[in-house]
Amino acid sequence: MLETKGLCRSFGALEVAREIDFRLERGARHALIGPNGAGKTTFVNLLTGVLPPSRGNVLLEGEDVTTFAQAKRVKRGIARTFQINQLFRGLTVQENVCIAVSERLGVGGSMLRPAGKRADVIEEASRLIGMLKLGEDAGRRIVELPYGRQRLVEIAIALGLNPRVLLLDEPAAGIPSAESYILLDAIATLPKDIAVLIIEHDMDLVFRFAKRITVLVSGAIFAEGTPTEIAANREVRSVYLGSALDA
Amino acid sequence: MSAATQLARRHRFRWWELLPWAAGIAVFFVFPNYLSFATQVLITILFALSLDLVLGYAGIVTLGHAAFFGAGAYTVGMMAMHWGWNEPISGLLAAALVAGAIGLASGLVLLRTHGLTLLMLTLCTMTLLEQAANMGAAWTGGFDGMPGLSFAKILGLFGFDALYFRSQYLYALAVLFLCFVIQRMLVYSSFGQSLTGIRENLLRMHAVGAPVRARQVLAYTVSAALAGVAGALFTQANGYVNLAVLGLERSAGVMIVLILGGYGRLYGAFVGATAYMVLEHVLAKAYPTAWQLGLGLTLVAVALFARNGIIGIVDSLRRRLAGSAR
Repeated sequence: MLETKGLCRSFGALEVAREIDFRLERGARHALIGPNGAGKTTFVNLLTGVLPPSRGNVLLEGEDVTTFAQAKRVKRGIARTFQINQLFRGLTVQENVCIAVSERLGVGGSMLRPAGKRADVIEEASRLIGMLKLGEDAGRRIVELPYGRQRLVEIAIALGLNPRVLLLDEPAAGIPSAESYILLDAIATLPKDIAVLIIEHDMDLVFRFAKRITVLVSGAIFAEGTPTEIAANREVRSVYLGSALDA
Repeated sequence: MSAATQLARRHRFRWWELLPWAAGIAVFFVFPNYLSFATQVLITILFALSLDLVLGYAGIVTLGHAAFFGAGAYTVGMMAMHWGWNEPISGLLAAALVAGAIGLASGLVLLRTHGLTLLMLTLCTMTLLEQAANMGAAWTGGFDGMPGLSFAKILGLFGFDALYFRSQYLYALAVLFLCFVIQRMLVYSSFGQSLTGIRENLLRMHAVGAPVRARQVLAYTVSAALAGVAGALFTQANGYVNLAVLGLERSAGVMIVLILGGYGRLYGAFVGATAYMVLEHVLAKAYPTAWQLGLGLTLVAVALFARNGIIGIVDSLRRRLAGSAR
């Protein structure tokens, strides 16, 4: 479904993505792990069009989208969340999600009809808010929410775009462990044909979620396999997992 | 009330929204000798309202908004002076078209930038227009402008009142009302919601697939057209136009008005323009040599203690009262 071929990105002499050949199948539950500075977020930025690659291609359903702007890739079905929350901080949770749903339904530029009369938008946003257990915060502004709740709004916005490929950049960062089940529940309820790529440091969540794991080190793919294969890979353990699995 | 219900009802008219219009009509009867001044207040409200669409809602910081006010003002002036076209309403439409076209052309270029670069380029655009008006004396009257312009009766019925400004006032009030209805519709629409999104987080708006620059350019164009209408009203009401309509003083002044009233709040322009101009008028009368000091101190106080302007103070009081009632 989503594929990269020889994807490279350099900042001057610094290579942050090196010849990445990656494939995300339809309905995949894939995790991308790696130590800090491995280039995981850069890779997501390359997939979503925030950064143009120095070389290589990004293909979605076989179509080369390398030159597509970010907005055009979103319309094609690639949605993401950010490592650091990128929300409309002065607006309510309801408004945040409504903006995303409006864009997806193609009514974001409508100038004549009040946003409040878009019952389809409001209902869809309310459904997503409910799905992420944010109902009691729906009327609160983002700045009034704890960080963990804001992470859930990030995910609600991404889901509001009804993606075919969902890229979650450290979605559980800042969510109390007791609430990470909300995240997993939300992902579990997604249609099975949506491909989900998760970047996460929480190994417990990664191994519960992923059917396949890619390890990125210094901008290049270091290893790829099933969770069992990755957990058993001594080199991966030494460069990244280390004590987390030894313990 | 649920958040969804609140959002669904947000665009509905509330009773207190009648107050500015009731006040506007009351001024006509209560202060008949101040209608010239009150007309200038209405024109400033409309100008500030147009700035609010880009600054308050779309988050586009500009110091050159007088470019569009001036474009509108000179459009009706030149039409009346050179072509004898002095019908007021078609003049307003022509001013909106010319100012909107300048807004579109400059927006397509300028809005590729942001921050200080954008601020400087908006200022440059206005200065270019100011110099063009100064140098094109054959068309614009140059430094002296175009005095003594006369306009036909409004709708063929109401002549412009050179002495008491009665017709001008009601005409300006009606035009302001129509423009306000348009702007209100825009800010409560999905388009307005997306502009707020752009102001709040540009990166996120790109990530939800919004055509950010197209929306910004559209907002800039509409705002320019509304500013053009304000400028045209200025020329029609006063019967003259000169370079002062294009200066930095006018651009900065309208920004101060908006900050004073509260930007991104629809009614901030009403409160800000009225407060600023009444204060200016009263202080200038009481302290002819030092009135700017009083105005300056007031603005410093607002900047320090009321970041969201006068409307912001009212909002926070309302929230406190609602909180204590619970």
